[in-house]
Amino acid sequence: MKVSVESRASKQAKKVGIWLATFVLMLVMCLPGLWVVLSAFRPNREILAKPPVWIPEELSLVNFGKIFGFGAEQVGIPVGSYFTNSLVIALTSTVIALIVGVAGGYAFARYRFRFKGGIFLGLMLFRAVPGIALSLPVFMMWSRLGLVDTKMGLIIVYVSLNVPFTIWLIDGFFRQIPQALSEAAQVDGCTPWQAFWKIEFPLAKSGIAAAGVFAFLTSWNEFALASQLTRSTDSKTLPVGLLDFTAQFTIDWAGMCAMAVIIIIPALILTFIVQKHLIAGLTFGGVKG
Amino acid sequence: MRRARGAIPPAPPLLPRKPPMIRALTTRRTEMTPFLLLLPAVVTMLFVVALPLVFSLWTSLTPYKLTKPQTLYQFIGLTNYIRIFGDWDFWVAFLRTIGFLTVAMNVEFALGLGIALLINKITWGQRGLRTIMMFPMMFSPILVGFQFKFLFNDHIGVVNNALQSMGITDQAIPWLVDAKLAMFSITLAEVWMSTSVFAILLLAGLFAMPRDPLEAARVDGCNPWQVFRHITLPFLMPFAYIAMAIRSLDVARAYDLVAVMTDGGPAGRTELLWTLIARTGYDEAKMGQANAMAYVSTILSVLFTWYFYRKLVAARRYMGGAE
Repeated sequence: MKVSVESRASKQAKKVGIWLATFVLMLVMCLPGLWVVLSAFRPNREILAKPPVWIPEELSLVNFGKIFGFGAEQVGIPVGSYFTNSLVIALTSTVIALIVGVAGGYAFARYRFRFKGGIFLGLMLFRAVPGIALSLPVFMMWSRLGLVDTKMGLIIVYVSLNVPFTIWLIDGFFRQIPQALSEAAQVDGCTPWQAFWKIEFPLAKSGIAAAGVFAFLTSWNEFALASQLTRSTDSKTLPVGLLDFTAQFTIDWAGMCAMAVIIIIPALILTFIVQKHLIAGLTFGGVKG
Repeated sequence: MRRARGAIPPAPPLLPRKPPMIRALTTRRTEMTPFLLLLPAVVTMLFVVALPLVFSLWTSLTPYKLTKPQTLYQFIGLTNYIRIFGDWDFWVAFLRTIGFLTVAMNVEFALGLGIALLINKITWGQRGLRTIMMFPMMFSPILVGFQFKFLFNDHIGVVNNALQSMGITDQAIPWLVDAKLAMFSITLAEVWMSTSVFAILLLAGLFAMPRDPLEAARVDGCNPWQVFRHITLPFLMPFAYIAMAIRSLDVARAYDLVAVMTDGGPAGRTELLWTLIARTGYDEAKMGQANAMAYVSTILSVLFTWYFYRKLVAARRYMGGAE
C-alpha cells in the first residue's frame, strides 16, 4: 500500500509542478503587456520617479484625453487622424484582399489545373519579400505615380501583402467542405455560382471571417512599408505615429503607452473572437493535402 | 478521395455523349475557370511585388540616388554588388542577421514545443490558455519593440527598477546601450513575439494526434522518452514545418523591433541587414546600393521560405501515406 500512496503523492507533486510552470509561463507572456497598459493610466511623473513607485498612486484617463486632444493639456500629435487612417486603410485593404483571396482560394481548393503547385508556391514566395526591401522600389514607383503619402497607395500595397496568406487560409476552409454538396445543388438545377453563393460560401463564412481578421491585423500592425510610404496626417497610420512620441532625447512614455493601448485593443478583441477558427485554418490548410 | 471538376478521366458514358464541339467548349470553360478566379490575385502580386522587383533589379545596376534623378539611366553593371560584397559592414550585418535568425528560431521551436507539451498536460482551462498564447502573435512588432524598450530602459525601465529594488545590482544595467546586451534584448523581444506561433501549431498537432500508437508503444514497454522521440515528435514535425513556413514569410518583421529598440545602434552593433538597407536607401539616399542589398536579403528570405515549404510538402506526403 505504501507504494500507491507514494505514487499518488508524486502524481500530486507533478500536477502542482505543471500548474506552477504554466503560471510562470502565463506571467511571462502577459506581464510585459500589462505593465504597458498599467503605465498608460499613470502620469508621466510617476513613471519617471526615482526611486520607482511600485503601487500606482493615481490612475486616470488623462493620458488618453491628452493624445486625443481633450482637456487642458494636449500633445501635439494628431492621434485622431492616425486612428482614422489606420481604420480606413486596414478595412478597405481587408475587404479587397478577401474578395481576391476567396476567388483564389476557391480555385486552389476545387479545381485541378496546370502549374497549380507552382502558382501556389509562387504566391507564397512573393509574400516572403521583406517589407523594407520591397519598400525601396515601391517608394520609387509610387512617387512617380503620385501615390506616396496617400491612403490609396498603402491600401494597394496591403492588399498584395494579404492576398497570399488569405488564399492559404481560405483554400484550407473550402477543402473541409465536401464537394458533393455543391455538386448535389447543381444537379438540382443551381448554376455553379448559385451553388457557391448559397451552399459553400455560408459554410465557409466563419473561416473567411478568421482570414479577414488576420488580414486586418496585418494591415493594422504593419510598420516597415508604412513608415516609408507615408509622410503626413493624410496617410500616417498608428504604428508610424507611435514614433512621433520619441524626440531626439526625450520620450513621452505615458503618451506612448496610451497610444499602445489604442493599438492593442482592437487586436485583442479580434483575436479573442476568431482564435478557434484561425487555428483550424492554419493547421487544416497546411496539413490535409 | 477528392474529385476535381477538371479531372482528366471522363465520366463513364452513362449519358449520351455530347457532340464534340460542345464538349470542347465546355471543357475549355472548366479549364479556364480556375485561371479566371486566380487572375485578380496574380495581377495584384505582379503589379505590387513582381514589377517593383524588376524595377529594383534595374536600379541595383545603376548608381541611382534620390537626390539625382538622372542617375537612374546610368548603367554601371554589377558595381553596386561588388561594392557591397567588398564592404565589411555589409558582411557583419549579413552574418549577424543569419545568426540572429538561427538563434531565435531554434529557441522559439524549443520553447514552443515545451509550452505545447505543458499545456497538453493540463486538463482544465486549456482554451483560455490557448487564447492568451495567441496575443503576442497579434501584437504589432513595432509595439513589441516599444514595449521592450520601455521595460529595458536603463533609467525608468521596470527590469532595472526591479533588480535594483531587490538589491541584485545597484548599477543601472544598460540593456539597450551595451552592444551584447542590446542584441540579447532584441532576441528576447523576438522570441517573446513569435514563440506562440510554434506553441499554438504544435499544440494543434498534439490535439490531432491519434491515441492508439501511444498506447501500443507503452504496452510494448517503451519509456516516455522513447515514445516522445519516435512517435510524438515525428507526428508533430509537419506542424512544426507549418509554423516554420508561416514564420519564414515574416522573418523581416524583426526590422520593426530593431528600428524602434536600438535602430541598429550603438555604433552599428545591432545592425541587421534590414536596418542597413533602410539606412542606405532612405537616410543616405543611395537607392542603387540599397537595392543591391535588398536583393540579397530578398533572395535569402525566398530561399528560406522555399526550403520550409518543400519540407512541409514532404512531411504532408509522409503523413498522407501514414493515414
